[in-house]
Amino acid sequence: MLTAVLTITAIALIAGVGLSFASRRLPSSDSDLVEQVNDLLPQTQCAQCGYPGCRPYAAAVVEGQAAINLCPPGGEDTVRRLADLLGRELIPLAEAATPAVAVIDEALCIGCTHCLKACPVDAIVGAHQLMHTIIESECTGCELCVAPCPVDCISMRPLG
Amino acid sequence: MSAPTYDLGTLHGGLRLPGHKADSTRSAILDIPVPSQLILPITQHVGDPAQPIVGIGERVLKGQLIAESEGTLGAPVHASSSGKVIAIEPWPVSRRYGDTAPCIVIECDGKDEAIARADAPPNFTRLEAPDVLRKILQGGIVGLGGAVFPTAQKLMQARTCEIDHLLLNGVECESYISCDDMLMRERAGEIISGAQILMHALQIDVCFLVVESDKPDAIQKLGDVLGEISDDRIVLKQVPTIYPSGGEDQLVQLVTNREVPSGGLPSDVGCLVQNVGTAAAIHSWVIDNEPLISRVTTITGDGVANPINVRARIGTTIADIIEITGGYTDKAQQLIIGGPMTGKSVSTDRVPLVKATNCVLVMSETPAIGPELPCIRCGDCASVCPVQLLPQQLFWYACADDEKKLRDFGLMDCIECGCCDLVCPSHIPLTADFRVAKGRIRELADEKARAARARLRFEARNDRLEREETERASELSEQKESAKKAGPSAIAEILKRKKKKHEEDK
Repeated sequence: MLTAVLTITAIALIAGVGLSFASRRLPSSDSDLVEQVNDLLPQTQCAQCGYPGCRPYAAAVVEGQAAINLCPPGGEDTVRRLADLLGRELIPLAEAATPAVAVIDEALCIGCTHCLKACPVDAIVGAHQLMHTIIESECTGCELCVAPCPVDCISMRPLG
Repeated sequence: MSAPTYDLGTLHGGLRLPGHKADSTRSAILDIPVPSQLILPITQHVGDPAQPIVGIGERVLKGQLIAESEGTLGAPVHASSSGKVIAIEPWPVSRRYGDTAPCIVIECDGKDEAIARADAPPNFTRLEAPDVLRKILQGGIVGLGGAVFPTAQKLMQARTCEIDHLLLNGVECESYISCDDMLMRERAGEIISGAQILMHALQIDVCFLVVESDKPDAIQKLGDVLGEISDDRIVLKQVPTIYPSGGEDQLVQLVTNREVPSGGLPSDVGCLVQNVGTAAAIHSWVIDNEPLISRVTTITGDGVANPINVRARIGTTIADIIEITGGYTDKAQQLIIGGPMTGKSVSTDRVPLVKATNCVLVMSETPAIGPELPCIRCGDCASVCPVQLLPQQLFWYACADDEKKLRDFGLMDCIECGCCDLVCPSHIPLTADFRVAKGRIRELADEKARAARARLRFEARNDRLEREETERASELSEQKESAKKAGPSAIAEILKRKKKKHEEDK
């Protein structure tokens, strides 16, 4: 009886020490998980989630600081995939967004280059005092160029 | 005549469908006169739309190039008769996505004046193979079996692989359609001449001319012509009447017993398949200098008074064609462009005949198939599937929207033949579900590719900003360093000079 109790206790102790050592010393797989979460995000880099880009949001989600429903361009599908991947509860999307692209009214553009600096994916072509235009195929519809424009010549055109 | 041969491979599944072809093959092909108006869509092929090169009000001649192909995949469009361009605008058309497409509208003058072509019909055997391909590209020739893939590009792709067999597809396995049958009966010589041009362009010596067993007249006629010209490179093959043996991959399997790999092309197993109509069109262009401006199409169904095959100019509206053939019957209820299995129902007969239109089916009413019931997993669909998929399993995953499983189970290899629909005792519209699922998978792949690109650009931009920041910082520190080195006296000197200049300016 005593032998059995001692044996079990010994095994439990050894296993406990081993596990706590492993959890402290071995590199965690969080960075892999961040990559996986980042892969599921739409990469619009729109910062509508409150983080400066998709990867920072992915990191925050993995750390448990951010909810999984904060990505409006990703939509319900992204929430569902994130819930599947992370084993979290499926929650409704906080805010929905319709896919769109930015369009510059070229007659109004004064060539101030403010939007060029705002675009996270370099999808605007232009130079100082020359008309700017948006490369439609590369625009992610993040709306970050709309606010900096001093003459309000950028509008969002819904896709589809 | 040379007799057909029967040594064949095996095809999985398939169905014997009622043919309904006798009605439309009773009389010879009827030539439709020049209509008052021609509507020519700029996209009548797989690939990028052709770009119009004529303006509104311009006079065009029969056979004149009116829209050029652009990009790597496409085909040009030619005017089918002489007249004046009156509009370039959206017009109702029959296609899978969307109901209208940009079309060039020509008001015909009835003179049917052809454009003068400088070059006399050349002896094609003297041309180099690439020149033959270039010629085919200029003729606006596309696959006339229904898929309308630009023929020249298909041949160019095939030339990059090791091709040893040319298959001429005269199988035409779908019910009601008989345009290839009639073409083989009436223009066997042109088809075989087209085959010779194709063999020359591909530099190969084996051509199988494949015809289904329910077309004895066509086989007889082709055999006669082959006997006359005694070209032993061309072999006539007869295949059993099973739907869908006329599918490209199925035909290769059936005739050569080689299986086209998943996601691959017949050229991966050394074969190239061309429709017999395409071969005839190649003959017309290379030998007679007439680009693809007309085609044979079947007008049939119990909704037309006189089922018949017609040769009409591309761009003639279906309404004009049906009026000339004898009009509708009282039963006419729905109009389908294409066959009953793979065709598309349209809501108006103002749609034009395009290069893809092999059949116009006017039906009395949709046969009632009963309500959709749950799948009982009988497996009938799997036993008829010519691609050897498991439709019952795919249906399951399509309902669950499980993209990975759908891919694993080969949904992308589905040829949408509709056999599984027909045999399903629960009347589940499997093919329609698969079409939707395929569309979704493509959409997801597009989205993924877009996201990957955006990510790359975002990361590249961040790298650039960081680099600029460090460059600026190092420049600044360098300046500070040099100022420090010069010592306080030098700085005082500079400040003095600046002050002096300032006063001078004042």
